[in-house]
Amino acid sequence: MSDVTSGGHRGLVMDEPLLFELDSGRHSGVDLPEPEGRTPKLGGVKERQSIGLPGVSEPEVIRHFTRLSQKNYAIDSGLYPLGSCTMKHNPRINEKVARLPGFAMAHPLQPPATVQGCLELIATLAHWLTTLTGMPGVAMSPAAGAHGEFAGLMCIRAALTARGDARRRILVPESAHGTNPATATLCDYRVDTVPCDARGRVDLAAFERALDDDVAALMLTNPNTCGLFETDTMTIADMLHSAGSFLYADGANFNAVVGRVRPGDLGVDAMHINLHKTFSTPHGGGGPGSGPVVLCEELLPFAPLPRIEADGDDWRLIEHDSDGAAFGRLRSFHGQMGMFVRALAYMMSHGADGLRQVAEDAVLNANYVLARLSRAYNAPFPGPCMHECLFDDGNLKDTGISTLDIAKAMIDEGYHPMTMYFPLIVHGAMLIEPTETESRQSIDRFCDVMVHLAEEARKGNLDLFHNAPRFAPWKRLDETAAARRPVLTWTPD
Amino acid sequence: MRYLPLTDTDRAAMLEVVGARSIDDLYSDVPQEVWREELLDLPLHQGEIEVERALSAMAEKNLHGANAPFFLGCGAYRHHVPAAVDALIQRGEFLTSYTPYQPEISQGTLQMLFEFQTMVAMLTGMEVANASMYDGASAAAEAVLMASRVTRRRRAVVSGGLHPHYRDTVATYVRHADLDVVSLPMAVEEAGLEAEIDGSTACVVVQTPDFFGRLHDFSALAEACHGAGALLVVAVSEVVSLGLLAPPGDVGADIVVCEGQSLGNSLGFGGPYVGLFATRKRHVRQMPGRLAGETVDADGRRGWVLTLSTREQHIRREKATSNICTNSGLCALAFTIHLALLGESGLARLASLNHEAAQRTMERLVAIEGVSTPNDGFFNEFTLELPRPAEEVVDQLAERGILGGVPVSRFEPANGALANLMLVAATELTTPAEIDALAGALQEILS
Repeated sequence: MSDVTSGGHRGLVMDEPLLFELDSGRHSGVDLPEPEGRTPKLGGVKERQSIGLPGVSEPEVIRHFTRLSQKNYAIDSGLYPLGSCTMKHNPRINEKVARLPGFAMAHPLQPPATVQGCLELIATLAHWLTTLTGMPGVAMSPAAGAHGEFAGLMCIRAALTARGDARRRILVPESAHGTNPATATLCDYRVDTVPCDARGRVDLAAFERALDDDVAALMLTNPNTCGLFETDTMTIADMLHSAGSFLYADGANFNAVVGRVRPGDLGVDAMHINLHKTFSTPHGGGGPGSGPVVLCEELLPFAPLPRIEADGDDWRLIEHDSDGAAFGRLRSFHGQMGMFVRALAYMMSHGADGLRQVAEDAVLNANYVLARLSRAYNAPFPGPCMHECLFDDGNLKDTGISTLDIAKAMIDEGYHPMTMYFPLIVHGAMLIEPTETESRQSIDRFCDVMVHLAEEARKGNLDLFHNAPRFAPWKRLDETAAARRPVLTWTPD
Repeated sequence: MRYLPLTDTDRAAMLEVVGARSIDDLYSDVPQEVWREELLDLPLHQGEIEVERALSAMAEKNLHGANAPFFLGCGAYRHHVPAAVDALIQRGEFLTSYTPYQPEISQGTLQMLFEFQTMVAMLTGMEVANASMYDGASAAAEAVLMASRVTRRRRAVVSGGLHPHYRDTVATYVRHADLDVVSLPMAVEEAGLEAEIDGSTACVVVQTPDFFGRLHDFSALAEACHGAGALLVVAVSEVVSLGLLAPPGDVGADIVVCEGQSLGNSLGFGGPYVGLFATRKRHVRQMPGRLAGETVDADGRRGWVLTLSTREQHIRREKATSNICTNSGLCALAFTIHLALLGESGLARLASLNHEAAQRTMERLVAIEGVSTPNDGFFNEFTLELPRPAEEVVDQLAERGILGGVPVSRFEPANGALANLMLVAATELTTPAEIDALAGALQEILS
């Protein structure tokens, strides 16, 4: 039987046109008062003509976006095993407190005396972050992880310049996130890649060969993107410091060790913390994030503006640093306040005791997945792993099935695929991070599906994979055609 | 703990499957000397009641736009956000989804981003827009870097009318990019911008309404830029102004960047906001950030994917056009829903209400002795020249419970020429009672 219906809907999956195709021409979904009809005072500047925005009533808008939302996978609907992305539950009390008018309706340029509660909140969150990381200070303004990396490298570069020590290289392990080398370029550093060893960790000998007095920093993700603890971190830190270089840590995977290991104790000099990963602020389909960067004593004077300082019982907002060494400003205003409120609510909910349990359960869940799947899939590195586990496509050899095919078949089984083809150091990577907010039952069901898919692949059931997804709202989308002739906006026919 | 589903029975059974005796075994790669047995010196876990109570106590210490007469702007504006916006962005399928890398199960976010990009292109008068940046300031900085890639030139000229936070953010982003930035001084009247354009200039960065609230027609400047082979970058820090004013694309802008907070997003003490970034089609491969593009699926059905990713860090690494990864997805959704609700006629009406509220506010304030304005044109914000340093006046207003405006000296404390200037904004939410309160208090303070 054909799976085409007469009107385009398929049961609960509604076909939904673009907003522009719903246009009635006249409607507005907001009833605003009538203007007085004053003569504009525009100083001779031209007024606009119609620009073609659609006119749609409120019920149509509600239905449009509700139908769109139903075409998305989400943590709220299922396990979301994207490795290194930490798709954990997003508590709703966080959403509620972020909307308190005292935070949501405060303007960033009010006199500081009128926003002491906002400054207190930021300072309190900063205290949690420095305590959890064992670092003396934190710059709160970066808008996301990559922005935090930028802040960290700018501090490092400024500190080296202040020493009169112009260095030109940044070392990046080959397992690093793409943002690391991209950020190094933004700071005009040459990026040199350090290979990994057979254990999936930084190759210490290769690192030693690469390290010289032209190296500004190593950007190390720990636990790394193979889901492994970098066992030589302290040695690496010592070697960097002896060479006059810094250890930058990518904190994307802090979730694995929060409450148990303080990066400062490992010799880290700077580390950004993705509040949207470890501290549960929602990913929102691609942001907003927040990326405060903790800094060691030597780097702190160069931290970006603004800063918050205690002044007796009051909080002061430092926006200028004319005599100081601050490298400047990264964005407008003071930081991702809405994310700060959510992250602090999450930290207070868990407390020092709960956060440690977060790390332990995340690591236990990942090791459980590793144990349950290690016969069906090839694990290139032996466990134990940290908060995520890595497989390659070794067991799929000669089946005609790729990592991508497995991913698309997972969609039919009701799961968002894991991170795939990353990290780049293994072939056909599948990186699975279950997070601590999945129950054992949920993980068991997921593992059953993954084992089943591996068996079907080895049986040669190619149809199951090459036609997948069959049950998603869309079949496989043609990404090549999209890039060849980009259509990036709607235009009337 | 309410967010952790595992029970001790689960943990024990799972450890057995893993083949470990205890959790500590799983951490055997961590060096003993950094492993913490004792709890960190932080409070223990709390329930919703306690957390909400503690955070509410902090929130209640603040004056804000819902409990005080309010006239602040400078790149962040108090607007009405329809209730439907917040209801929709809190749908879990939007709130708790990741970047749409798996298009078959992310069409909601992808179609929304395509609609967002289209609306941003319409508003700015440009051909293409990306799926958002962090905010207006970082978008302006990325625009300067992009202009340098497009023109292969290494000099940027920045107007003194550009928001100082944008100017400072540009300076940070280009610090190590081997790029000279010529920033004209902040001043209510600016001359000499065109004279700064030469054969090595990659771009000129301007703003309208500018930082002092004045409006500009940049047609002549655009011609001068193009004559010299430079790009014109136009920043808009109050996007609602585009409901009344001609789009920057119509007067020759090559890149338009905006702060999108005003539509759909609360003031939120400065973030998260949403940066808009639009340009001409021919420059698209030099753009920073994500792009949603139209395509078809295996059955020929229209759908959307993230596209032209070879510009981006996760593919191109050190050769990427930008290091941006996470952007402002949910804020872009709020923007799109608000603008969808307003529509063509609603946006125009909203803009008129803003302009009229500012006119009414200005008329009352300049009637006070010693108070004047240099603005002949403005949108919803203007500069007041006071007979005394504006910072003192703003603090005295705050003592009376009135959030009266922003002293320009907050941005350049050492610049005496700016000391008596105060920026005042009004919107559709400004009531006659608020205007009375500000005018009355200002009169009292200045007399």
